[in-house]
Amino acid sequence: MNIKRLSPEELLALNRYEVDEGKPHILIDKAVCSRCSPRPCLVVCPARCYQLKDGEVNFEYAGCLECGTCRVMCSDKGVTSWNYPRGSFGVTFRCS
Amino acid sequence: MADDSFDAIVVGAGPAGCACAYTLAKQGKSVLLLERGNSAGAKNVSGGRLYTYALELLEPGMYLRAPLQRKIVHEQMMLLGEKSATTIDYCDYGLGEDVPQSYSVIRASLDEWFAGEAEAQGAVFASSQLVDGLVEEEGKIVGIKAGEDEMRAGVVVAADGVNSLLGQKAGLFPDAKSHAVGVGVKETIELSDALISQRFALKDDEGTARVAIGCTEGISGGAFLYTNKGSVSLGIVFNPQQAAKNGRHIQDIFQDFKMHPAILALIEGGTSVEFGGHLVPEMGYHGIPKQLYREGMLVVGDAAQFGINTGMIIRGMDLAIVSGLAAANAILAAKSAAETGPLYMKQLEELLLLPNMRAYSEFHSMFEISRIFNAYPVLANQAMHFLFTVDGRVPPPMLKKLMQIVKSNVTFGQMAADSWKAYRSI
Repeated sequence: MNIKRLSPEELLALNRYEVDEGKPHILIDKAVCSRCSPRPCLVVCPARCYQLKDGEVNFEYAGCLECGTCRVMCSDKGVTSWNYPRGSFGVTFRCS
Repeated sequence: MADDSFDAIVVGAGPAGCACAYTLAKQGKSVLLLERGNSAGAKNVSGGRLYTYALELLEPGMYLRAPLQRKIVHEQMMLLGEKSATTIDYCDYGLGEDVPQSYSVIRASLDEWFAGEAEAQGAVFASSQLVDGLVEEEGKIVGIKAGEDEMRAGVVVAADGVNSLLGQKAGLFPDAKSHAVGVGVKETIELSDALISQRFALKDDEGTARVAIGCTEGISGGAFLYTNKGSVSLGIVFNPQQAAKNGRHIQDIFQDFKMHPAILALIEGGTSVEFGGHLVPEMGYHGIPKQLYREGMLVVGDAAQFGINTGMIIRGMDLAIVSGLAAANAILAAKSAAETGPLYMKQLEELLLLPNMRAYSEFHSMFEISRIFNAYPVLANQAMHFLFTVDGRVPPPMLKKLMQIVKSNVTFGQMAADSWKAYRSI
């Protein structure tokens, strides 16, 4: 594969994940997010885990890079709980 | 102390935690080193340069055993224009002599090696262990909780990274603030050593470190490129507040940068193999929490927000190692638990970590000069374009044209204000 512009899906597909099915390590309150207008998470989450769907903020934890940006940037406390995935789950970097 | 407890539990097997565990174990202390990743380094992303002196401080010659990538002899600064780039290349082979000043590194291999070194000294290393909480008794921290397990120690060293949930749980500091961090994204791109050598004019294990500005849509931040063995690390660090205001996703800005002709020419033919994201402490000395210890606990490395960024020099891992060593020295020297914290702060002074950070204490305010990230790189490239243009027409008077280029990008008032601010910062 040569170098090309990678889509959000292609970027995450480069990584190795062990998803803790049914156990999101980050929880959001959609009611809070619906009242939030700046919604920085949509722009600054490196993994694009936060996306608008039908006008609603949707969070998909599977591709999370565990960086903490959403925790730090969430201004309206829509992120109600932020933890790391349990041991052995989440992303595994092999060459970063 | 109960028999089943350790002298120290170190949480996080990054450079800070490993340096601390290594030193303690070497001096005969019982140490438990915990890592939430499947292996040490599995959760870590960094731009990729380690200043060697820190490993030398830990143990002379230790760097020779470390899985380092390339010794940096080319220091480069790049100012990007839309279809142009002005690059300054400072090549200094002296930087690679004797003990080379710095090396590019890949954290997955570096941290794994480092944890192995601590283990070889007798530390107990356990991976895939997420520490969820602390055990407190009579106002002192006496251990940690990991799932169902509770483990006790004379001291807990929080080396749990920039988000340091442990430091927060201990009540030492509040959550990191968005103005105090940068958000970094990075692609690791596999590229043959032959191509790396050709494109960067490198021999054998020599390497290049490059920083770039003008690629962030005016957002405070900059890009980095490090050559490794068989790969290149390419990324951008953004001020997250400004990025949010800018509105365009940081992934897209990063992909634009990667596809800039002057960058693409360096990585073409390579293969993207990993995509990482990470927070970086950006406030330097002023970002260090007021309290880095309480009885039974010390905070080291990124968790203590140790970092220096001058725009040219970006330091984190070296400070992490030095702080890990400082913590270990304090633990070894303390005659009572209450002494450990103050001794740690003293060690941070004596090992010159805090004096180093003080020396650059106002540098972060330079990055408040917004024109550094757009207007000035554009100006530089326009000036270069004019200086190198030959088209058969009679060129305008040089000084007049250069002044015109300057004026089209900034006013003299802005330049004066920016110079003053830069002067105050350094």
